[in-house]
Amino acid sequence: MQLLPHFKGRHFIPEGTSVDFMSLRRVCFWASMAIMITAASLFATMGLNYGVDFKGGTMIELRTKAADGGTAPPADITALRDQVGGLGLGDVQIQEFGQPSDVLIRVEQQGGGETAQQDALNKVLEAVGDDYVQRRVEVVGPAVSSELRTTGIIAVLASIFAIILYIWFRFEWQFAIGAVMALTHDVLVTVGVFALFQMEFDLSTVAALLTILGYSVNDTVVVSDRIRENLRKFKRMALPDLLNRSINETLSRTLMTSGTTLIVLFALYFLGGEVIRNFTFAMLFGVIIGTYSSIFIAAPILELLGVKRDWSGVTKDQQAAASAAAS
Amino acid sequence: MLHFSPFKMISIAVLCLAAMFYAIPNLFDKATVESWPRWLPQKQISLGLDLRGGAHLLLSMDTNELRDDMLTSLRADARASLLRERIGFRALAIRNQSVQVRVAKAVDEPRALTALQSLSQPLDGGLLVGTTDRNVTVERGADGIISLTLTDAALRKRVTDAIGAAIETVRRRVDPTGNVDATITRNGDDRILVQVPGVDDTRALKDRIGKVALLSFHAVHQDLYYTGGPIPPGYKTAESVEAPGQQYLIRASSVVRGDDLVDASPGFDERTRAPEINFRFNQSGGRKFGTWTSANVGRPFAILLDGQVISAPVVQTAILGGAGRITGQFTPEEANNLAINLKSGALPAKLTVIEERTVGPTLGADSIASGLSAFAIGGIATLIFTIFVYGTFGLIAVAGLFINALLIIAAMTLLGSTLTLPGIAGLVLTIGMAIDANVLIYERIREELRNGKNAVEAIDTGFGRAMVTIIDSQLTTLAAALIMFWLGSGPIRGFAVTLSIGIFTSVFTAVTVVRLLVSLWLRAERAKSRAVDVPI
Repeated sequence: MQLLPHFKGRHFIPEGTSVDFMSLRRVCFWASMAIMITAASLFATMGLNYGVDFKGGTMIELRTKAADGGTAPPADITALRDQVGGLGLGDVQIQEFGQPSDVLIRVEQQGGGETAQQDALNKVLEAVGDDYVQRRVEVVGPAVSSELRTTGIIAVLASIFAIILYIWFRFEWQFAIGAVMALTHDVLVTVGVFALFQMEFDLSTVAALLTILGYSVNDTVVVSDRIRENLRKFKRMALPDLLNRSINETLSRTLMTSGTTLIVLFALYFLGGEVIRNFTFAMLFGVIIGTYSSIFIAAPILELLGVKRDWSGVTKDQQAAASAAAS
Repeated sequence: MLHFSPFKMISIAVLCLAAMFYAIPNLFDKATVESWPRWLPQKQISLGLDLRGGAHLLLSMDTNELRDDMLTSLRADARASLLRERIGFRALAIRNQSVQVRVAKAVDEPRALTALQSLSQPLDGGLLVGTTDRNVTVERGADGIISLTLTDAALRKRVTDAIGAAIETVRRRVDPTGNVDATITRNGDDRILVQVPGVDDTRALKDRIGKVALLSFHAVHQDLYYTGGPIPPGYKTAESVEAPGQQYLIRASSVVRGDDLVDASPGFDERTRAPEINFRFNQSGGRKFGTWTSANVGRPFAILLDGQVISAPVVQTAILGGAGRITGQFTPEEANNLAINLKSGALPAKLTVIEERTVGPTLGADSIASGLSAFAIGGIATLIFTIFVYGTFGLIAVAGLFINALLIIAAMTLLGSTLTLPGIAGLVLTIGMAIDANVLIYERIREELRNGKNAVEAIDTGFGRAMVTIIDSQLTTLAAALIMFWLGSGPIRGFAVTLSIGIFTSVFTAVTVVRLLVSLWLRAERAKSRAVDVPI
């Protein structure tokens, strides 16, 4: 009985592929360092374009009202600027959002406490008039935005901490340091890109960062698992060779998983709508950078730090005796 | 690893069928599902406000206002008790969040202290037996100033009570008929979260929540209810809270208004032990109410809160002292809340909107549409890619993915978790990442085959060895998801929930469903020939 059609899969990484990752490690390591420093200084100098979640303020998404049965006409952004700009609400940004009929208005946080934000919202809505429908309104007052900032930072730190503990518990401390370096790299570079392009950084970006952390460490764990297994199998292989072998052995898995994840993320990025575009961008970028970091940062750090070679419970003397007997 | 007992096989099959059974209602619209026979599942995933459209308002109560209220009445009580004891005092004032007073003659000080001590009452409602928390501490400072300070416990209790009462008030204002499906919940110590589906312009809603409440006592027409026809001159109709739809016919002008009320407290009827509310008017209110009740014994009057009749008791006797009681169909808790509402004119303190997130219905619908198309396209692309790379085994993995998706949807339906837009993203992402477990297994099988093992050995070791890695790697993602849940407000929480459920189901499908399918395939192949060619 033929249960399923019999057709063979294709190896998109040829069998026995052996890329010398470790020889690239110096170049990559220093390149990564340079990128991290660049990202950190971008963050320091340009700062992040925080969304209302963290900065407080008002965000209003509007769409022009369509004539009966027709499509929504393009919005007159210049007119909107005149209407809203004269209200004395400080920094007001008005931009097209996704399509010509949609507009996103951002009003900075108003001085004068919680009620001032609501007053600003009412003023804007009044000024805009009846030509638009409200698609989305987000108003975050000073109390909530400062709480969200705190929880955002705590969440990222707590995740990194939980991951360190877990890896330390499951592996050796050297693996934990490698993983943390890789994670820090991923977070820093993603934040740097958000700073460079001044993309909006809000609560969903933090959620994306946490997912990236989870994904990146997942990758790192798979490589580390293989390194540990090979450490037991090949007791006397030179560490760089062993690391290289482990990375190569897991390479097709790494690329395959990144591949499927990237496929769905691209689908989300292009089809998932304007509201979550930043969120999916952060994740797309993070998956690529996370894959890179587990190969080029986490593993080379093991070589830098050295790692316990003897996992079998055999003592050194016995080993020496065994090798003496063998020779 | 590859042996499955019949019991196990049946359990896995039953579970998959059950998942399908419970996931199916989500494919149809609500009306269709409701027309199904009762034995079919009808529960659907509840959509978050960002998908169905609606308003999310976080209200914060002004606790300073509550404290000032308490201090003001404490000062009044202190004055009254000192006057009653005929003790001369000066400089009675609220300073540094306590009430301070200086006794005129040092001789009177012990008596004054005793009198003021009596204001310090144990807090009721403490859950711990023998709790010693009191509402006020009385201290005499070295400079002869007597300070009455509110305890933190008293303040906390006041805030808790006030939020409880405010929730009731907000509910009555947001959803008077009870069919808007609004959720109004306590959030933290001094906040209320209001979620109302289907609202895109929240201005009217916020006005309704924040308005100053009006309490008034009205005479009721002899017909009691309005039954149609012209409304008699001088009368108006008012809806009943207890029986929605029922209209009372009441005098348009009120006898007394809430402004004249000075106190209201919950109590119990001495004979029947039924909960009731005791209230007291100020002098002018008491006089008006006394005159009116003397002339109307045996007739009902209506108590209106925010324009609705909360109670229409009958005047039992003339209420001359300015104090009276309201009996009605209350639970003790309702009596308590109502008393607080009465005393403070409905809202115990000002509520301020500190966070607002509103999504209009058009955006919600757009989000669902784009989420679904991303899900479909992303899913199909993953299937093609997986089958291309792993051949027949890829097909098995795809079957696993399909079951995985069903399991997630069924789990979310049964757990009653809310699907948000980031939640859909989490679902799509899970589909991409769920393949990882299969990839780990299949890559391992490929390796073992390369090392010269035969099909059975390779598949067996492949599943066994990959297991450790799968668990290790998924646990870390789970940790991140749990932290996100803790961090999250609504939509992000939705993402964390789908991600966590997805982790469990994808591990489950990889190690049971996929393994079962592979072993069934292997059994069929081995029946054909001894040398099995693994198509991977």
